[in-house]
Amino acid sequence: MSRLFLFLPLVFFVVMALYFGLGLREDPSEIPSQLIDRELPEFDLPPIEGFETGLSNADLAGQVSLLNVFGSWCPPCAIEHPMLMQISRSGVVPVYGVDWKDPPGAGTAWLERNGNPYRRVGDDPDGRLAIDLGITGAPETFIVDRDGRVRYRHVGIITEEVWDGTLRPLVEHLQAEEGA
Amino acid sequence: MMRGVFSAMMAAIVLAGAAMASPGPEERMEDPQLEARARVLYDQLRCVVCQSQSIDDSNAPLAADLRAVVRERLLAGDSNAEVKTYLQERYGDYVLMLPPVQGNTLALWLFPLIVLIGGGTAIVLFVRSQKRRGAGEAGMADDERAARLSDDEGLS
Repeated sequence: MSRLFLFLPLVFFVVMALYFGLGLREDPSEIPSQLIDRELPEFDLPPIEGFETGLSNADLAGQVSLLNVFGSWCPPCAIEHPMLMQISRSGVVPVYGVDWKDPPGAGTAWLERNGNPYRRVGDDPDGRLAIDLGITGAPETFIVDRDGRVRYRHVGIITEEVWDGTLRPLVEHLQAEEGA
Repeated sequence: MMRGVFSAMMAAIVLAGAAMASPGPEERMEDPQLEARARVLYDQLRCVVCQSQSIDDSNAPLAADLRAVVRERLLAGDSNAEVKTYLQERYGDYVLMLPPVQGNTLALWLFPLIVLIGGGTAIVLFVRSQKRRGAGEAGMADDERAARLSDDEGLS
């Protein structure tokens, strides 16, 4: 009987190794969003330079939409941009943009250079909306349903894989779900 | 002379620390009481980008934004707890440096205690079993050896 106790450290080791091993597969930088299944915070952002309309939460009402937080200073956003252009062209879902902490004019120059995938863009120069959204870094993208509730958040670049495998199916599901 | 050099060095070290602290002088609040509370809060809130640092330690732009929010909430008359709740609503429990004691963190908080009790029990059991053995075989052996030793020396 007491012999069996000799294996206790080994059992302990295996349990811990499994536990931490599984933990390694998770991304610690991904803090779960507090907004899931909750309504978007109310906001009314001014337009970026050279644009006439800004972005308010009311603009997203009545349809499933993507809300993308970007900045011209953000290298991953540049990688993501062509995918956003493609999504925008496909017409599957409207994309709205929040220009996060850009100096005046930088966001406009960025969109002129790379193309504008956004139906509307709001300017968030001091990053207050980003904090209300619980943003930890750009780019981040929310899927917002017809009722203005956040249904999903993607942290990081939307790759083709993410779009085809996760976002697009969810968008289409949401569109069909309430598709009166 | 030596003393002067020493105090100069100490001053350099202390001032360097102050210079490296992230909340710069431009972030200081006018009301010293609010500033003191802001400092306490900075230290208790996690920078959500550089996650092992508090927003007091971090130079990240987002940490500076979070400090600005803390000051804004304090100026709006929030209590310290309300400021924390405000950020918790946006970033979850993760934004607190010290995890709250609740259902899903019980294991975390109790684990050290469990290890302490488990380890303590193991040690007590081990020592007791050693003693019992000591009273049995080992003790006898010692007595015999002692007897033999004293025989050898012709003392008995």
